[in-house]
Amino acid sequence: MENSDRASALVIMPAWNEADSVGNTVREVLALAENYAVLVVNDGSTDRTADVARDAGATVMTLPFNLGVGGAMRAGFKYATRLGYPKVVQVDADGQHDPRDIHRVLAGLDQADISIGARFAERGDYQVKGPRKWAMAMLAGTISLLAKTKLTDVTSGFRAANEHAMAQYLDHYPAEYLGDTIDSLVVAVRSGCSVVQVPVEMRPRQGGQPSHNPLKAALYLGRSVFALLFALARKKSTVFTAEGA
Amino acid sequence: MGNLPAFILCLIIVAVVLEMVRRKQLREKYALLWLVVGLATLVLAAWPQLLGIVAQWVGIALPSNLIFILSILLLLGVCLHLSWEISGAEDETRTLAEEVAILRTQVERLEHGADSSTAQGSVPPRPSP
Repeated sequence: MENSDRASALVIMPAWNEADSVGNTVREVLALAENYAVLVVNDGSTDRTADVARDAGATVMTLPFNLGVGGAMRAGFKYATRLGYPKVVQVDADGQHDPRDIHRVLAGLDQADISIGARFAERGDYQVKGPRKWAMAMLAGTISLLAKTKLTDVTSGFRAANEHAMAQYLDHYPAEYLGDTIDSLVVAVRSGCSVVQVPVEMRPRQGGQPSHNPLKAALYLGRSVFALLFALARKKSTVFTAEGA
Repeated sequence: MGNLPAFILCLIIVAVVLEMVRRKQLREKYALLWLVVGLATLVLAAWPQLLGIVAQWVGIALPSNLIFILSILLLLGVCLHLSWEISGAEDETRTLAEEVAILRTQVERLEHGADSSTAQGSVPPRPSP
């Protein structure tokens, strides 16, 4: 494939009704000095996401219906594996992740199988408190223990994977809520993947605001505990030789 | 003869299940459970005293309670079985969706390559607006 010959890595961008922001984000990535191929996974959007992304120059993979971030990402990993990309990096379509940080997140793969771009604890205007903060601290603490490395932002969607991690993800990458962040990460770590955290700065989202509703935050805490317990109870994966799957 | 209306009702249920299997509207793995239930109730309807005997044997004072507990357990089992089946079906659907999406992407690229022989580089060329 002409796409895989020259590009050093594949940028996977899951997008569900992101027509407003996906075009800019794709153009920003393609304007970088590094030669990345961009795959926008159109997750059953009902707006013009696919057209906008294609016009911006990305390869667009359209899922026939909405599968959620986890579903979109596993489809992206499968695509990357088939086409032989050695590295992939997940970038949000909403512009929250700065494309100029992609090379830093990818550089983390020199030390580990999975590299997570984490927002600085002291920088950025992303403030969390109450149940949501406890949830994030609990998740980060537990997964840090498992991974034997200090992680502070395990729900970040700005992460890279090498071939080893992708083979693991193809075996286990739930489409459920938090499955793309917590569950897949915990099972990958327990199955022998190494993780490293790279500090990056998050930009404000181009559309939508993070919610500060305490009830929603409490619900988030409950769901993340639930997801974490499930992930800890899962069977480990043993297939690392998956090819194409 | 035991309870005639109940007996006829069970007979109808068993007949409906068998007919659905015959018309391939119900797969055997689901039909089996319902046939067992239908036949068991058929026996009970024909011979109601059996219920009292079994209830006494397992130590349940009121025979109807035996029926209730058996029905609840059975329905729970059916529900669990269906949840299990649908989890598998959703997983298969997801895999198919991925497969279709990847194939479609590759077909679109091939068509594109056929259109313009200059389709080279790390990024597929933009379609003309």
